[in-house]
Amino acid sequence: MQELATTESSNALDSFMSASAEGYRYGFITDIEADEAPPGLNEDTVRFISAKKGEPAWLLEWRLKAFQRWTQMSGPDWAKLKIAPMDYQASTYYSAPRQQSGPKSLDEVDPELLKTFEKLGIPLGERAALAGVAVDAVFDSVSVATTYKDKLGELGIIFCSFGEAVRDHGDLVRQYLGSVVPQGDNFFAALNSAVFSDGSFVYIPPGVRCPMELSTYFRINAAKSGQFERTLLIADKGARVSYLEGCTAPQRDENQLHAAVVELIALEDADIKYSTVQNWYPGDAEGRGGIYNFVTKRGACRGDRAKISWTQVETGSAITWKYPSCLLEGDDSVGEFYSVAITNNLQQADTGTKMIHIGRNTSSTVIAKGISAGRGQNTYRGQVKIMPKAEGARNFTQCDSLLIGKKCGAHTVPYIDVRNPGARVEHEATTSKISEDQMFYCQQRGLTPEDALSLIVNGFCKEVLKELPMEFAVEAQKLLALSLEGSVG
Amino acid sequence: MSNLLEIQDLHAKLTGGREILKGITLNVAPGEVHAIMGPNGAGKSTLSSILAGKPGYEVTGGTVTYQGRDLLGLDADERAREGVFFAFQYPVEIPGVNNMYFLRASLNAVRRQRGESELDAAQFLKSVKEKLKFLEIKDDLLQRAVNVGFSGGEKKRNEIFQMAVLEPKLAILDEIDSGLDIDALRVVSNGVNRLRDPNRGMLIITHYQRLLDYIEPDFVHVLSDGKIVASGDKSLATELEKTGYANLSSAA
Repeated sequence: MQELATTESSNALDSFMSASAEGYRYGFITDIEADEAPPGLNEDTVRFISAKKGEPAWLLEWRLKAFQRWTQMSGPDWAKLKIAPMDYQASTYYSAPRQQSGPKSLDEVDPELLKTFEKLGIPLGERAALAGVAVDAVFDSVSVATTYKDKLGELGIIFCSFGEAVRDHGDLVRQYLGSVVPQGDNFFAALNSAVFSDGSFVYIPPGVRCPMELSTYFRINAAKSGQFERTLLIADKGARVSYLEGCTAPQRDENQLHAAVVELIALEDADIKYSTVQNWYPGDAEGRGGIYNFVTKRGACRGDRAKISWTQVETGSAITWKYPSCLLEGDDSVGEFYSVAITNNLQQADTGTKMIHIGRNTSSTVIAKGISAGRGQNTYRGQVKIMPKAEGARNFTQCDSLLIGKKCGAHTVPYIDVRNPGARVEHEATTSKISEDQMFYCQQRGLTPEDALSLIVNGFCKEVLKELPMEFAVEAQKLLALSLEGSVG
Repeated sequence: MSNLLEIQDLHAKLTGGREILKGITLNVAPGEVHAIMGPNGAGKSTLSSILAGKPGYEVTGGTVTYQGRDLLGLDADERAREGVFFAFQYPVEIPGVNNMYFLRASLNAVRRQRGESELDAAQFLKSVKEKLKFLEIKDDLLQRAVNVGFSGGEKKRNEIFQMAVLEPKLAILDEIDSGLDIDALRVVSNGVNRLRDPNRGMLIITHYQRLLDYIEPDFVHVLSDGKIVASGDKSLATELEKTGYANLSSAA
């Protein structure tokens, strides 16, 4: 196992070891050499994680503070979701990256998975990486990622794993971590802050426009962490970046709970576009075994004329709970949220956004499309808050729901809180079902029922899909069709 | 030459409802234009809907053969790909779906069935340019969402435009004249007439004789209370205009 070389890490280890001398609820001494933390979550688990990662003392302290907060909080229950109570002590909160346990080549990958890649039109060069084939075996991935990093390096752009950022750019991390999503923000954010595994870190220097879309595919040394991801993205003054998270390929994980935190900071005149395509395993047709995706994502337009735009296509997970939000602090800052959320079979989604207008002449746009099929339940929950000093604020919100079949549900819960008399807030909502007439019209023109459904759904989602980077847009369209398979007839 | 369409003693009803078609027998050979007239409730829409494959109806007796095959056993989209075209009386709107994209997808589905290669966007545009012109359809209609915000005339012209692009073997036009003013009627009729072909059969459903002045049928059938009570050539339509439907008896 790796050597703990730094003084800070040794200190962490010391305090960890002394704590262990006091004995545990579970009656064992944790072996740092172990690949996994024992099941359960207590302060020692946090110390174990931090020590394993060789983190500096300030970060361990930060985690511990978050853990303390967490123990005093209880899980929220206001969303319209049916969740079995979770036993937080039953999970394991750290496991080392699996080295050789993945398939050695595409030949060893589940043919069903490969078929899905085919249907989604995923480029051949990416399929191996997505299937979890050990990176060393995928020569192309390594070389592509290396040239990629060089190019970015020349411009001063930092794009690496969170762990690497703590090690190599600790000051930057320390300055911004928790500045947009405070530890105590909510139950899952506190949990994440205590036990986050890894994630992405991005920094774009002043005036730099990132020349390519940054995608999580290319984080070559990324541990298969998924569970408690922590992402921090900073666009300095006048910087521009487009970031893609997730992928259309179905993602499975042993861990059921995914509680990620994403913080975006846009300084003066900066522009961040953050796109997500999420297709976590939704469970079987009876809804068993699916992933719970509880994410806290927030962007702060710190500087004047800063802009943050969230685009998401959510088709997976048994339960999705996320509200990517924008704090419009700078004058003339802009926040945007474009979303398509699909629930089929027994999936549940409670998703939306919060646009908080703080500075002057800020504006926000929300376009949320929900599609419910099967016995899916889809809720849009959004908040538009105009603070008293937010002169000249403008918001436009449009939430549209599409129902397929008779057993699904769509709900809209908008909160509009206006504390400045000069604000202009518009809200439109429509609910419709795919009419038999539309389906018949398409079929009479030779389209199969599946193609007809796909066409109608894509038309419905058009305004959102066109906000996605080209790379994702094509895959996303296919993903929509795939997610609705079996919902017709 | 064998018939394109053979309807033999067709009985049908609305699913869960009473019998509407009470024994229809009708043959359409390639190249022929048949008009179907009759009062409201006679079963004209039921007949055309059943031929197109619209859900909600139940065939309780008789057969329908298309190009020698059982038509009723095919799904609506299969029939379409085999060359059956239905021009809707009230074309439905499909928001967000680009008209050109839709029609190209439709054409390619039909072309695939015929063993022909698919057309890309540029090839498609080229092939439809002339058809757009004689149906007096402006380019921008192609860029709009299917039928969204179209006037009645635009919707009907769009239906015939689709027919021109898809080149069906059997075209069923359901009250193509409804809601049209004189000028629109003329344009639509010209369009239909240009599509007359020795290999194509047409069934034109209408209430009014006026349409048949523009599109001269080879045969006219009068449907009343679920049965064909009279058949003849185009002079039958002129006669009806004088005597009206009320004088028809359904004991045919």
